[in-house]
Amino acid sequence: MIELQRVTKIYPGSEHPAVDGVSLTVPEGEICIFIGPSGCGKTTLMRMINRLLPISSGKILMGGENILEMDPIKLRRGIGYVIQQIGLFPNMTVRENIAVVPKLLGWDKKKRDNRVDELLNLVGLSPEVFRSRYPSELSGGQAQRVGVARAMAADPPYMLMDEPFGAIDPINRSILQDEFLKIQEKLKKTIIFVTHDIDEAIKLGDKICLLKDGRLEQFGTPEKLLVSPRNEFVKDFVGSDRTLKRLTLLKVRDAMLKDPVHCHMDDPAADVIEHMERENLHYLLVVNGDNKLKGYVTRRDLADYHGPVGNLVHPMTLTVRPGLNLKDALSKMLQYDLGIVCVIDEEGRLIGALNSQTLVATVGITYDEKGGHWGKIVSGGKVL
Amino acid sequence: MSEASEVKISRLGRFWTLLAFGATFAAGAWCQSRGFFEFAMHNPDEIWRLTKQHIHLIVTAGGITVCLGVPLGVLVTRGFMRRYKEVTLNFLGICQTVPSLAIIAIAMGFMGIGVKTAIFGLVVYSVLPIIRNTAAGLTEVSPALLDAGRGMGMTPWQILAKVEIPNALYIILAGIRTSIVVMVGTAAVAFLIGGGGLGDLIFTGIGLVDTGIMLAGAVPTALLAIIFNWLLSMVERLIISKGVLRE
Repeated sequence: MIELQRVTKIYPGSEHPAVDGVSLTVPEGEICIFIGPSGCGKTTLMRMINRLLPISSGKILMGGENILEMDPIKLRRGIGYVIQQIGLFPNMTVRENIAVVPKLLGWDKKKRDNRVDELLNLVGLSPEVFRSRYPSELSGGQAQRVGVARAMAADPPYMLMDEPFGAIDPINRSILQDEFLKIQEKLKKTIIFVTHDIDEAIKLGDKICLLKDGRLEQFGTPEKLLVSPRNEFVKDFVGSDRTLKRLTLLKVRDAMLKDPVHCHMDDPAADVIEHMERENLHYLLVVNGDNKLKGYVTRRDLADYHGPVGNLVHPMTLTVRPGLNLKDALSKMLQYDLGIVCVIDEEGRLIGALNSQTLVATVGITYDEKGGHWGKIVSGGKVL
Repeated sequence: MSEASEVKISRLGRFWTLLAFGATFAAGAWCQSRGFFEFAMHNPDEIWRLTKQHIHLIVTAGGITVCLGVPLGVLVTRGFMRRYKEVTLNFLGICQTVPSLAIIAIAMGFMGIGVKTAIFGLVVYSVLPIIRNTAAGLTEVSPALLDAGRGMGMTPWQILAKVEIPNALYIILAGIRTSIVVMVGTAAVAFLIGGGGLGDLIFTGIGLVDTGIMLAGAVPTALLAIIFNWLLSMVERLIISKGVLRE
């Protein structure tokens, strides 16, 4: 747990404080994002936590202990540190870079080498290929993976990350963010993460601390900032598309229509088409005996056919998993030009469906807070 | 790997070019006056004795210069001195313009004549480029590396030893190499204040207007310069991290 109590920083010779009385608590195992426009004090605030900058007034507690009463060198060795420029030492191999802090802490060579391999695997780099390379032989993405591995080398409970993915191209950045979240899910570090990218903040943060001119504008979950921004500045900062941004936070399972209408492969076509005509359905999903999704049939195909519908099934172009975020799901729907996309579990069983109406309803729900949103959508499980 | 071997080839290439140049020069000199070989053949012990004296001068003065120059270079880049770094370096730059002969003459004024004075003069003259290069090399080290080192919990000494010096080594050693190679030539002046060395033959040759004797001093001096240059470039290759060389 990291607690900031009215932390203030005034640079010598400056009238205005760079950080002005910021108080907040980052719970154990959470990622807290410091965000704000340039010069808002986010990096200054972060650098006071590992005492790279002295605190002018206020208190910072880590795990209940006042950091000013700790030896700064020891304090820093217990906090992983990642910076935007990565800062890998060019004179050292990847292995030596990662082993810096373990070596400072006096681990023996065998333990260090094992740890290096373990971490390289964790960040998705093959130890055989990478451990003897020099930083000049790495791409930007690879270098920052090593940077993250180096910060985690001695398994510190805390990490400070200053725009770690800021200098990496958008595609690799997104990959690194996903991997970072996966790692964090396993390791549950308490992380302070500085960025100026609101999308990154929403994607990675458990909490967001929005700063302006050294002052805390709003502190809370990304959801909270998007749904109820405290003032105009926060509203502007999160952007006019904040509704769309919520799509990143929501999962397919939150928006899907559970148990959509479907029929069984062995159902006779005549009965199915009768039902489709009655309900005015043009398409119908088809499952097998284990409720596994096989595809769909169209009313036109079924006309004048008398066998089981299973023979006329079209395979699905696209299915999604319930854990996918809505932004990616929507983008896939648009990409494949689909009005509906089926949600299946790991076994391939049909568990829901998603269409544009359900999406809109889910995102809109917290804004009107009226509920009752499934009204117009066809639900009802198996038809026959 | 291929990059590394290319570096090796170009280094060796440079060495052979220098050697060829030296050989041509010697051959030309031989054509003009056979006196050099005649003298050398009759006085090999004398040449060898003076060469050893010369080497002794270089090794002693060079050793002292490095032991003095590198720490001073480190010192001017430390936090408390950084403010005065430009002033210090400019001052040293101006000092560098004083001719070596003048420095040795001044040194003689209060230390008398002898090897010690010669070494003192050589050290004073050669230490400046080493300080400058050390300071320049350390200043070049990216602030991000220092920030990373500090943030990871390295002490200032650890940052200096593990981050700053290894990454500035290329420039520091280049300064040392230049300084020592220049020193091989400058050391000839040591003879004038009783410091011995190959300057003995050079100045005697000039005095007697005997090119043969003069060359008997000059050619070994040139060869020494080439050898020291080669030895120091070998040292560079041994102790500079491959990761830094590749950049």
